[in-house]
Amino acid sequence: MTATRPARITAAAWGWRYGGRRAPAVRDLTFTIEPGQRVLLLGASGAGKSTLLAGMAGLLGGADEGDEAGTLLVDGERAEAHRGRVGLVLQDPDSGVVLSKVGDDVAFGCENLGVPAAEIPARVAEALEAVGLDVPLARATKALSGGQKQRLALAGVLAMRPGVLLLDEPTANLDPDGVREVRRAVERAVRETGATLVVIEHRTAVWADLMDRVIVVGADGGLLADGSPADVFDRHATDLAAAGVWVPGRPVDLPVLAPAPADAPAAVAASALSISRDGRAIVRAGLDLAVPRGAATVVTGPNGAGKSTLALTLAGLLPEAAGEVLAAPELAGRSGRRPSRWTSRELLTRIGTVFQEPEHQFLASTVRDELAIGPRSRGVDPAATGRIVDELLERLHLAPLAAANPFTLSGGQKRRLSVATVLADAPPVIVLDEPTFGQDRRGWIELVQLLQSEIAAGTTVVAVTHDEDVLRHLGGHRVELGVPVGVGS
Amino acid sequence: MTAVHARAGADVEATPRAWLDGVNPVTKIVLALLLSVPLLASIDVTSALVAIGLQLACIPLTGLAAMTVLKRMLPILVFAPVAGVSMLLYAEPGGTVYWSFWYATISDDSIALAVAVCLRVLALALPTILLFGRTDPTELADALAQVAKLPSRFVLGVLAGTRTLGLFLDDWRSMGLARRARGVGDTGTIRRFFSMAFVLLVFAVRRGTKLAMAMEARGFGSGIRRTWARPSHLHPRDAVALLGAAAIIAVAIGAAVAAGTFRFVWS
Repeated sequence: MTATRPARITAAAWGWRYGGRRAPAVRDLTFTIEPGQRVLLLGASGAGKSTLLAGMAGLLGGADEGDEAGTLLVDGERAEAHRGRVGLVLQDPDSGVVLSKVGDDVAFGCENLGVPAAEIPARVAEALEAVGLDVPLARATKALSGGQKQRLALAGVLAMRPGVLLLDEPTANLDPDGVREVRRAVERAVRETGATLVVIEHRTAVWADLMDRVIVVGADGGLLADGSPADVFDRHATDLAAAGVWVPGRPVDLPVLAPAPADAPAAVAASALSISRDGRAIVRAGLDLAVPRGAATVVTGPNGAGKSTLALTLAGLLPEAAGEVLAAPELAGRSGRRPSRWTSRELLTRIGTVFQEPEHQFLASTVRDELAIGPRSRGVDPAATGRIVDELLERLHLAPLAAANPFTLSGGQKRRLSVATVLADAPPVIVLDEPTFGQDRRGWIELVQLLQSEIAAGTTVVAVTHDEDVLRHLGGHRVELGVPVGVGS
Repeated sequence: MTAVHARAGADVEATPRAWLDGVNPVTKIVLALLLSVPLLASIDVTSALVAIGLQLACIPLTGLAAMTVLKRMLPILVFAPVAGVSMLLYAEPGGTVYWSFWYATISDDSIALAVAVCLRVLALALPTILLFGRTDPTELADALAQVAKLPSRFVLGVLAGTRTLGLFLDDWRSMGLARRARGVGDTGTIRRFFSMAFVLLVFAVRRGTKLAMAMEARGFGSGIRRTWARPSHLHPRDAVALLGAAAIIAVAIGAAVAAGTFRFVWS
């Protein structure tokens, strides 16, 4: 990888207020990031970290998009002035990919910067090499895993030979393998190019040893801390933890549940089960498993192993492709014990499902109405529905947001609401698909605590997760799905 | 440099290039117009049959398997008779009348017209399927921007946008399952459809904003004169293809005139 001239970033009393918002997203930031420095950027959600990164990348737009205060300069000039000096990788792996083939996507930035066509293939090869993405150039970008997509996005940025790399939670949505891949690729890229690096990430353990400086942005303006990682983590550990940051060497303070008793009866069991997302392609076959009642069962395994498909099949949302899923006799509906045969309303009071993307399951225009949908659908009278809703709002700290639109909530709030909608109907079995994805430390703790209290109350929980800590705190009963043999990933 | 070429070469080998793959996508658009517009001038069996026959003879040039063509034609094969049936029943009667009920009359003339319309629909659809069956959207966009000189911002914006369609399909499926999980999946299909469509719209706006940001972050729309990693040019082969298409259509129309069956649609 060709070395680039690393960029210097200087902020002087910089701030930004989005048009139409009363409060500024960022206020009064002053710092200088020296060329080649590697900076971890931290702060509570809503402190404006992403806004700062977008500002460094020159993507906030002009005066019609918002009001700027102070200055934010890259090499002494506004970032807009030299496109290609700053490379930005975003959190969502799907949003960083522009074109449908790997080679074309990496070349996209070079083309926009007017790099001569004859020079582009070499740059593309070099960038893919730097991130260790060894796939054919004609490979479809949609066939890549999350970790590969993020490395592709990084390659697309590196091909522009930027002086600074900006990464906005690049690993928040990835499985552990993906996280390692991306971390390795970033490390290699900055070592070979010498580019300045700024990373936003809640999971600091992944990045801390690569960084030589930590900047913490305050929720109401200014810097909370600025110094070496060891120094900042040491002196501000408590503040950072309260702000949702995973501080290295500071585990969460939650009890670890005892494993389910070996003789616990099954709430749901599968025998000779084949699962399929679309009713045609079989993801896995011959699954036999039992979900013990009143305990947590955690489904783990790499991307593409069929974890979500299994969860949705156990939840009675996807029909079994072969074999069958049977619920405990006392859960039987009018058409028997197979959840996939139950009506939607029967399912509501028997097995609740929390989807990976909370927005997929939102139906109403306020948080309060959202919670009332289930009870109303099963015929609970309005007064009792009101009581159920009030209690949940209180219990999940959503009361101040009762009138807000679910789509406008933060990531952590959306997750809590999606769990609350399920709890409103008190189903004896709850299935959750990647409940801790993209959650900061605070969101994570709230969710695990909630699941622990549900289990203590006798609820059966099935959770799909990559997170070993979730598994440990929920009692350690695991169903491991390996990479399926002979089935395309 | 060599590594890139070796890898690109390996991929090309996997799917052998057909003769038509070397024709510029913009030329293909012209070819499609050339092969279909003249056929609109007449409704007769001869010209349609000859055109269909000659086009089918060109299948080896397209690199498409005969089965693939048949599969893609299936919807047309199903719907062409529907167009034919209305002609069969309601066309101006002429010649022997076989059956009559109220306004519907089946006669010699209406049978002939029905068959002609049926074949014409097939003859109009076939070129599009043959020409664009293997055309890569990226290649089409390159050609539209470089050869047809459409604004690159527009072309690339649309190209990048279409890539997200698959994500919407996944969203739609998940939302359907989520509605079943929330107890509202038993009734109210139409209402559910609109509520899901609305959420999809929200996703579309949001995804569009993110995509625009990702593209801008990579220098898109920076005002620098863009270069093209995949140059799109016209070659002598494009002229050959145009001449070939002109010949097909000339033979088809000529055959109809020679057989005396050619008749203008409005005559």
